[in-house]
Amino acid sequence: MRNAKIRNAVMAFTFLLPSLLGFAVFSILPMLVSATVSLSDWDGLHELTLFDDAAGFFREYGVGLSHYAAIFRSAELWQTLGNTLEFVVTYVPLMLIAALGVGLILTQKRRGSGVLRALYYIPVITSWVAGALVWRWALSPEYGIVNAILDIVGIRGTMWLQSEDWAMPGIVLASVWKDMGYFGLMFFAGLRSIDQGYYEAAQIDGAGRVRQFINVTLPMLSPTMFFVIIISIINSLQIFPQVMVMTPGGGPGGSTMVMVERIYTRAFSYYQMGYASALSWVLFAVIFIMTFVQMKLQEGWVTYSV
Amino acid sequence: MFYWIGAGSLAVVVCVPFFFMISTAFKSRGALMNIPMEWIPKEPTMEAFAKLFDVPYFIRSMGNSLYIAASCTAAQLLFASMAAFALTKIPFKGQKVIFSLFVTALMIPVQITFIPIFIILTRLGLTNSLNAFILFQFFNAFAIFMLRQRMLTIHDALIEAALIDGADWWRIFFQIVIPLCGGTLATLGILSFMSVWNDYLLPLVLLSDRAKATLPVILSGLSSQYKYQYDLMMAGALVSIVPIFVLYICVQGQFKEGMTVGGVKG
Repeated sequence: MRNAKIRNAVMAFTFLLPSLLGFAVFSILPMLVSATVSLSDWDGLHELTLFDDAAGFFREYGVGLSHYAAIFRSAELWQTLGNTLEFVVTYVPLMLIAALGVGLILTQKRRGSGVLRALYYIPVITSWVAGALVWRWALSPEYGIVNAILDIVGIRGTMWLQSEDWAMPGIVLASVWKDMGYFGLMFFAGLRSIDQGYYEAAQIDGAGRVRQFINVTLPMLSPTMFFVIIISIINSLQIFPQVMVMTPGGGPGGSTMVMVERIYTRAFSYYQMGYASALSWVLFAVIFIMTFVQMKLQEGWVTYSV
Repeated sequence: MFYWIGAGSLAVVVCVPFFFMISTAFKSRGALMNIPMEWIPKEPTMEAFAKLFDVPYFIRSMGNSLYIAASCTAAQLLFASMAAFALTKIPFKGQKVIFSLFVTALMIPVQITFIPIFIILTRLGLTNSLNAFILFQFFNAFAIFMLRQRMLTIHDALIEAALIDGADWWRIFFQIVIPLCGGTLATLGILSFMSVWNDYLLPLVLLSDRAKATLPVILSGLSSQYKYQYDLMMAGALVSIVPIFVLYICVQGQFKEGMTVGGVKG
């Protein structure tokens, strides 16, 4: 009996071995390395002696917490966070409306809804690099299709990615386009799970379609809504390929500098591995706080069906 | 009425950039900057594609992308099922602890760990190695999570019966559990293939050698190397989308469930 127990444990360990190894080397170790390197001003070019002679490494490169102090004093951080906030407050509402639209349309069982579902999902399966290149060209002030369409409706287009004020909205447009099918499908799943009985009861009480939407659909959808908002905010904090490809170098006047782009630029253009590592911990903290705040808020306004 | 307006306008929003991409890819360099814009190229040409395939390493990068997407998917499915199997079907102390440890890893995005991963792989001498990407698939919390959910629904009596009949754990794993997880494995496989094919950050950081670069890395390089040659870039974007589009159309039925499943991933 005891033998069998030990044999099982050994077997389980064997099956788990690749995952445990990967977990240790690519989840745990990176956190430790990142925390350590963030206390140094190692440049990524000199040989890294950290793993062989940690004391020597710190004698040579150690700077204590000074990167963190520098980050919080830097104008760059606040501009970066400001840009991110601008992204979040424009992207999230637009995306919610578009995605809710996708969800509502897909719940209508009509001819061609299968085709529509496939169509709305195409931007999601497209790589961000390809999508960003297309949008960069589509937003070209003189030759792009966006300004051409605006021109037809009689609106004068803007300079988009070349202007300090419009670069971020341009990135928001591309991101809404890319993500609405993804979140739309989540709404679709949420809408489908609403009990039809609620609608029947509302109809008997004489509620019209608008009232049904406000008093039945929205409250019943709030768990999905909550989930989508959290995920989309956390994703917003981590946008990268679209920013790198559409506005290389942080955009006009630094108007599209965002966290991951800054971390990448600091590490691989300025060779400040220490500073970049410290910055990634700041990002981690922000993500952590956002998740926590959202969890607390959730208690207030989400209706779970009983 | 509202339905058609809504459905139609969302469809237009989705299609406009693709339409523009395709129309530009078939324009000549000269027609690119005609004002007013040619919505449909007056003299369609394949010039851009011919030039695209002459871009150094472009074709090779497609091969590289295909290679890592396929090998990473295979590795992920194998190792994640092995882990999920141990966490659900082999009784041992510590199952719960290991699983909750694994789940916390979902909270650590690669956007935070890409610098230390670069450092670790540099130390191991594994930068500019396509095979290094397989290492990242040794552990995949999302895949383990999904497969665990599936395996929990497999009745333990089935396993016990096989044990009594003298089957060992490997046989149970390969001949009983894996076949029962077919649907989940297919869904995960598609999601994994697409995400590796489309991945940008890690290949950008780890594959600085052009000969090793993946398609998205070469593609993003076009925008700085061939400034303003948007016919070339749009042809490149189109070529990168086609394989994944074909795959998507082929597996759409399978994917219907997969898409909502993938929703948990975020």
